[in-house]
Amino acid sequence: MATDRSKLAFWLLLAPCLIWLVTLIILPHVGMFLVSLREKVGVREYETSFANYAVFLNEPLYWNTFARTAYMSIAATILTLLIGFPISYYIAKLTRGRTKTTSFLMCLIPFWVSELVRTFGWMILLRETGVFSNFLQYLGLVNGPIEMLYNDAAIMTGLVYTSMLFMVVPLVTTLDSLDDSLIEAGYDLGASGFAILREIVIPHAMPGIVSGCIVVFMLSLGNYLTPILLGGKDSLWFTGLIYSQFITRFNWELGSAFGFLLLGLSSLIVFVGLKLTGQSLGKTMAQS
Amino acid sequence: MLTDVPDLQCRSISKSFDDFKAVKDVSFSVPQGTFFSILGPSGCGKTTLLRMIAGFQKPTSGDLLIKGKSVIDVPPNKRPVSMVFQHLALFPMMNIGANVGFGLRQRGVNRSDIEKQVTRVLERVGLAGVAERPISSLSGGQKQRVAIARCMVLEPDVLLLDEPLGALDLKLREHMKIELKQLQSEFNTTFVYITHDQSEALVMSDQIAVMNNGVFEQTGTAKELYYEPQTAFVAGFVGEANRFAATIKNRADSGLQMTTAQGQVLHGTDAVGGLAVGDMVNVFVRPEAVRLSRNAEGVSGLSNAGQGKVENVLFNGANSQLILRDQQSGAEMSVALPQTGEFRDLSRGDLIHFGWEHLQTRVYAATGDPHGH
Repeated sequence: MATDRSKLAFWLLLAPCLIWLVTLIILPHVGMFLVSLREKVGVREYETSFANYAVFLNEPLYWNTFARTAYMSIAATILTLLIGFPISYYIAKLTRGRTKTTSFLMCLIPFWVSELVRTFGWMILLRETGVFSNFLQYLGLVNGPIEMLYNDAAIMTGLVYTSMLFMVVPLVTTLDSLDDSLIEAGYDLGASGFAILREIVIPHAMPGIVSGCIVVFMLSLGNYLTPILLGGKDSLWFTGLIYSQFITRFNWELGSAFGFLLLGLSSLIVFVGLKLTGQSLGKTMAQS
Repeated sequence: MLTDVPDLQCRSISKSFDDFKAVKDVSFSVPQGTFFSILGPSGCGKTTLLRMIAGFQKPTSGDLLIKGKSVIDVPPNKRPVSMVFQHLALFPMMNIGANVGFGLRQRGVNRSDIEKQVTRVLERVGLAGVAERPISSLSGGQKQRVAIARCMVLEPDVLLLDEPLGALDLKLREHMKIELKQLQSEFNTTFVYITHDQSEALVMSDQIAVMNNGVFEQTGTAKELYYEPQTAFVAGFVGEANRFAATIKNRADSGLQMTTAQGQVLHGTDAVGGLAVGDMVNVFVRPEAVRLSRNAEGVSGLSNAGQGKVENVLFNGANSQLILRDQQSGAEMSVALPQTGEFRDLSRGDLIHFGWEHLQTRVYAATGDPHGH
């Protein structure tokens, strides 16, 4: 009796999670996958084939965009880590009390407005008639207005800015849990600052680094607004392609195939990343 | 190797935080191979002093010499001292061998030499063959030994220990006290050990400095501190003592005669000299200095005597104590219960005679509260 009851309780408690998984994640993906396998042969006539995936392989623009999205996202992730790590270290280890709360809040505040508004903010700064351009002209450093929008650097800036919080939060958490006496012990045993960073701080922060990187990478790869608004019509971001297949071309079959390719790509890169750093997904997610 | 240069020398070291003086003008020197303890209550400045020796904090003034060379401007990673941290600070991200070899790796020693030395030092602390295991596989006492091995493999001139036994349970702590002393004599390295636990200090040390409010109250061997405390603080802090506040009524060659506020007359010895009639004093008597007797004649030869009612029997095996209430003055006294079995049947409410020699009654001038509270 008691075991039956506890079994029931277990399934009841699990139910919301299962419903969420099945209806919101598994069902749509199965549907998408089935759509992606349909080939349109005539009006309202479909055949099951991999033709949509073949279209992707035969069109260089598609897989170039695909590869570009991947390496731009990886670059954005690395850049976010390089900028986020010192910030997190400063917040977690070098500040106390009020200063700590304030600096943490300063990372958080930009996220109180929507991503769209934040991106428009960058457009105000970077465009030809924008703040930076006017300031440089005022200083006399440039002769005419300069356009800083619609290039890869602008996309990268936007992606790093958008993702920063998702890197800083897990890093601050893991670095916070690093006992100061470990760092002192390192110094005491003759280590240089760099050796301590390499042998003590980074290994300790590895779960935070990996989980931050996974989140930032996923966000960048799946980002639509930032590349389109800051990169303009030539941004060539893969989500942009998916959007245009679904909305502009009404080609749901190809759009679904693209969606699945993106899912495969992100899973593959996360898997390779975990293997390279010797971490496991379970360990990473449990610790942060 | 015998040299006249002490391993560690502090010359009027001071440290202030804003307007708080944590360490005030402390000077001492520790000869080679000594187990030197700094004993004091929490907040007395002993941790600050140790961190200054290790180099984590810079003294406001004063000089620090190791083997005769000033290290005041040497950063902690270049000082020939190593420290065992309060919570050991073993690196959980490395196995035991990598922990012990950490310092050697930083010195650029080649791999096979590191391995040899790590194996040797782990053998010396009695943990041969554990190099490949993770830190978490060790017990508290074993972790302690790894932490010491990690420092000793670097052959430091001075090993600093910051209350490393504090986190262990009582039984293990008793065991580690002996083990630590053995390790010290085996490595023959100078140990500077800080603790608030007097029994740790008394058992292990060659020399003990008692620290209070940022100054060294007294430095000496365990016996000197116990039997000849030079200040009221040391008398009250090291070992147990009954304490009375009194005024000196008479001074003779044989000793002092005093009266407490309750009118109890005490006879004692001027511990440091310089006391005069009319001075306010603190009087200290150790519980084991008090003799018990069933009849008045048994204590009649003693210069201090009285009759007390047993308030409580604190049974603790060999360290059992009686709490007596002096019938005449109402003062409370704690008395060590003799182990001969003669007073085994004493219980609450019994009357008993007690007394002690004036030579075992140490008297200090009352300058504020002797405990510094």
